[in-house]
Amino acid sequence: MNPPLPVKRPVGMPSAASFAGGLIGGFFEWFGSLGIFSWQVLKAGLTPPYEGRELLRQLDEVGSKSLPLVALAGAAIGVVISLEARYSLSRFGAKSMFPATLVYSVIQVMGPIITGLVVSGRVGAGIGAELASMKVTEQIDAIEASAINPYRFLAATRILACILMLPLLTLAADACGLLTGWFAQALVEPLSFHQFVESGFHGATFNSFLPPTFKTTVYGLIIGLIACFQGMRTSGGAAGVGRAATNSVVLASLFLILADVVLVKFILVVFP
Amino acid sequence: MATTYDNAVKQVNLREDRAAPVVVESVRKTFGRHTVLNGISMGVGRGETLAVLGRSGTGKSVLLRLIIGLEKPDSGSVRIDGQDIAGMTLDQLGAIRKKMGLLFQHAALYDSLTVGENVAFPLRHHRGEMSKSERADCVDQLLAEVGMEGNLGKMPSDISGGMQKRVGLARALALEPEILLLDEPTAGLDPISSAEINQLILKLQHERQMASVVVTHNLHSAKTIANRLAILDEGNVVIEGTFADLQHSEIEFVKEFLKQS
Repeated sequence: MNPPLPVKRPVGMPSAASFAGGLIGGFFEWFGSLGIFSWQVLKAGLTPPYEGRELLRQLDEVGSKSLPLVALAGAAIGVVISLEARYSLSRFGAKSMFPATLVYSVIQVMGPIITGLVVSGRVGAGIGAELASMKVTEQIDAIEASAINPYRFLAATRILACILMLPLLTLAADACGLLTGWFAQALVEPLSFHQFVESGFHGATFNSFLPPTFKTTVYGLIIGLIACFQGMRTSGGAAGVGRAATNSVVLASLFLILADVVLVKFILVVFP
Repeated sequence: MATTYDNAVKQVNLREDRAAPVVVESVRKTFGRHTVLNGISMGVGRGETLAVLGRSGTGKSVLLRLIIGLEKPDSGSVRIDGQDIAGMTLDQLGAIRKKMGLLFQHAALYDSLTVGENVAFPLRHHRGEMSKSERADCVDQLLAEVGMEGNLGKMPSDISGGMQKRVGLARALALEPEILLLDEPTAGLDPISSAEINQLILKLQHERQMASVVVTHNLHSAKTIANRLAILDEGNVVIEGTFADLQHSEIEFVKEFLKQS
């Protein structure tokens, strides 16, 4: 019997080891470059001249223009939680807990994460695509050639706008969620808004609501940083712009969810 | 007199005017395994225009990017007004770049800003002392200088390639640079627009006496606007001299280049 023939890889196909090596190398290269980029942005952002005008423009871009989308998402989440909570609480005979369940679910859990994901989709893709397009058409080089630091003018302003706007947008999403949640409940059985607020916020302290709202500054940092980084390191024309936009959204959303795990634990430990 | 590459290096190294606005000395630049510039040297004096010619991919645009600090050399030095820019931070480079203007090959206008805002962009950042009306006057004057008056409110996508180059030139001139770098100023333009751009560059040179480096494929354009011409090949300066020097050169590559141009 003939010995078995050795398995031949098709020409050009990498071995599993070299593929894994490339993947690990790429992983460290990406994080290393992100670290250097973050340092450059921090250094540029903290030293004058400050780009106040561009920051205002970005606050409008990230904040005002995301508001309708975030409000709508918050409102939808309020209705969904209201419907689900009513059904579940009725089964356990705990209908009186409805207002508190809605308030805590929206403000502590769903409001922040939904706002983060919606902004990640809208703003992350926008920043990633805009900067990538500027990069491949040499507009970022033109900014640099005009003696303007692009890390300060383009990246620091966008990242800071995301950090400042995320908590405000979260408040808007929370407010819409609570309103629509109460409204959905009130349609089924009478519940005045006053009763809803009094019962929902009974025993609540600032510690119950401020940390979950302000943790979204970290979401803002993640969205702004990753979108700017992906945009400003793009190469390869229109395909590169598309890749940058996609990667900005995917990576920002992924890191945002991972960060949420850490932040929830952190808040539970620090603000018990 | 025409010089070979080695002689050109010696000539530049021995230049008495070490404080010429632009001095590139023994600069080497590689991308991956590909050597783009292989230790080239050249200098440009005040009021002088050097045209850099050569085949595609010979590192002409990279040379301009090195001069303005968008790329760093692997070895050698780039001195602007006597200062080596290789080890400078972005903010230190910023001070040097205020003395320089760069016209990009595809103009690189900011596509979210109007023509007027594009030209005003460097002024708004570096001439904070200017009032709004002074800045508007300055933009009007710059656009008039490049023959683009009346196009203030148009978006870059609404104007032709030639017009974009003119606006790019106006933006490059906004900070009254001492050094002007032009990357393919006439590439992709029809002969009439090319001639207009050439005349515009000549006029600006005459009025402002800047040190200019022009990268071009167009020999006619180079002959028209430059005092000196340099031809690059495989990362080296093959020849540097006046157009007459190039015409009398015995170097085979130069003869072929002139014949085909």
